[in-house]
Amino acid sequence: MNVVPLLRTPSERLAWGGTIVLSTLVFVFLVVPVIAIMPLSFSSGSYLTYPLPGLSLRWYADFLQSPRWTSSLKNSMLIGIAATLLSMILGTLAALGLAQWKSRFKPLILALVLSPVVVPVVITAVGLYLFFAPIGLTGNYLGLIIAHTALASPFVVITVSATLQSFDMNLVRAASSLGAAPLYAFRRVILPLIFPGLVSGALFAFATSFDEVVIVLFMSGPEQRTLPLEMFSGIRENISPTITVVAVILTALSILLLIVVEGLRRRNERLKGNPG
Amino acid sequence: MKRKLKRAERRRQFRSLALIFPLLAFLCFAFFGPITGMLLRSVEDLEVRRILPNTVAALASWDGRDLPGEKAYAALAGDLSVARANDTVAIASKRLNYSLIGIRTVLASTARKLNALPEAGRAKEVLEKINPAWGDHATWVTIKGASGPFTSFYLLAALDLTHDTDGTIVGVPEEQAIYRDVFLRTFIISFSVTLLCMLLGFPVAYLLAALPPNRSNLLMIFVLLPFWTSLLARTSAWIVLLQTHGVVNDALHWLGIIDQPVRLIYNRFGVYVAMTHILLPFMILPLYSNMKAISPAYMRAAASLGAPPATAFRRVYLPQVLPGVGAGCLLVFILAIGYYITPALVGGGGDQMISYFIALYTTDTANWGLASALGALLLLVTLLLGFAYGKLVLGQQVTGGMKN
Repeated sequence: MNVVPLLRTPSERLAWGGTIVLSTLVFVFLVVPVIAIMPLSFSSGSYLTYPLPGLSLRWYADFLQSPRWTSSLKNSMLIGIAATLLSMILGTLAALGLAQWKSRFKPLILALVLSPVVVPVVITAVGLYLFFAPIGLTGNYLGLIIAHTALASPFVVITVSATLQSFDMNLVRAASSLGAAPLYAFRRVILPLIFPGLVSGALFAFATSFDEVVIVLFMSGPEQRTLPLEMFSGIRENISPTITVVAVILTALSILLLIVVEGLRRRNERLKGNPG
Repeated sequence: MKRKLKRAERRRQFRSLALIFPLLAFLCFAFFGPITGMLLRSVEDLEVRRILPNTVAALASWDGRDLPGEKAYAALAGDLSVARANDTVAIASKRLNYSLIGIRTVLASTARKLNALPEAGRAKEVLEKINPAWGDHATWVTIKGASGPFTSFYLLAALDLTHDTDGTIVGVPEEQAIYRDVFLRTFIISFSVTLLCMLLGFPVAYLLAALPPNRSNLLMIFVLLPFWTSLLARTSAWIVLLQTHGVVNDALHWLGIIDQPVRLIYNRFGVYVAMTHILLPFMILPLYSNMKAISPAYMRAAASLGAPPATAFRRVYLPQVLPGVGAGCLLVFILAIGYYITPALVGGGGDQMISYFIALYTTDTANWGLASALGALLLLVTLLLGFAYGKLVLGQQVTGGMKN
């Protein structure tokens, strides 16, 4: 139940009013920076300030015509998609196993599986760099894909597990009692039901890889520079309007991801709310 | 029948383990292995052992008092000429220079000037003639101290400590002591950001939990949008807003509040603003789910029993949200102490956190021992906090595990 508190006394009304004012300020703080740089990317001038001297798409053209940016976008997509696929396979299998496994070691295993999220990424990056360099896994795509898969898998485990939590394992038992082979039962019974969880997991995994810069900073060669890495070094040199273009593209992408994930989550909640 | 059931159950358990196994095996290779390797690096000391093997062997029997015998000098001369031929002197001298600044040049010049192996029995004399440092007790103590295979040198160095020539642990000279300050700074920044997140996040979470779902869902977008937006996009947004001729300075100037641009970025203020912005959703979301689970009936009961609103809030509401506040604060703090990218981009030289130094020693100066030791300390702190977080969050869950 969510009910606006009963506002009986002046002090209560004051407190509620304060909450609203403060929250509004925080919402402004949260969203304005993300929104404020968007118009700047359409500026015809090269200074990042208002008022805009005029509107133009020159910085978008600059982005699209610069091989440095386009190849980094390609690298990010390649590494992101590969890491997503790999972490989906590993994470979904593990989530399915964890859902059925009963043991007192389960919390420990769960903690181990989720630990890549908690450990500061610099530590992971140093460890990977020192471990992968002697075996030839730095300066190539494979090493980065493996590293990003390790970072992204926990998110898949979390989202898929959350979907499985509301999944009735008796359905699988029913399927197998009716003679379905385990793989058939998975494809026809489990998969359709956990599909929304899989999609959210995939998006989380992709966003993790697509936004990761520290590991790339340590492990990539000149061929594997990704979008966040180009952004990082670009910001360090000189923050140009082209960087705001990249920021706008990334923000647009995250809005898209947010809409899909939220839509799935709400659909799931609606379904949970009306059983049968 | 019973046995059969039991066997089927065991098979099922075995099958679920087989499903978890691929991810665990993968993480062993791509995560636990590397982390363990890094922890090992923080106590390993193999360079001197590898480059000067005979010297290390000769020093093994040295008691550490006075100067070592002629045998050690002869071994060193032999090792150095081999190392010079292999071009590996620098590897050992780099490591030794961490312990004793200046020894790098002693080793380099000795290797360069040592044209032929000294005659038997004259090694000490020859070496001391090339460089008088070979007559110093400290030089030999340093080599012995670095002879490995394990050392506490890097871990101590990460805490601004060192062994003196007698082997007791002492603080390093003041001008070299930086890491305690860096750790302290890391904690101060993380703590301040956590506090800011709590102060700003609490009213928002309260509002979202109190509003009817259709309205709170709409407002939730304001929290989720930055949550999903790329970290670098948000950081660059703050730079654009806060820089000297940025949007905020221009607006303040236009409003007549300031005459001169104010320095809002590349300092601590910029770090606080950007990090609070990035971490605030991690505070709001757990707080919100905690507050949403609290039935308003408690507050109504308190009111109907005559408690003034402030008392009811303090005595009835706050104790129930405290676990959520704790979980949110721990989460934000854990995430904050590992921050690297944001302070590196919006902070000044004095605002860099521990991760910055770990990265610096790994890529720029290749002092992997020290990078690993600093990483090990950061990891220890993170795991302790993560453990506390796990306890706190698991304690809150009424129903653990999944429906079977």
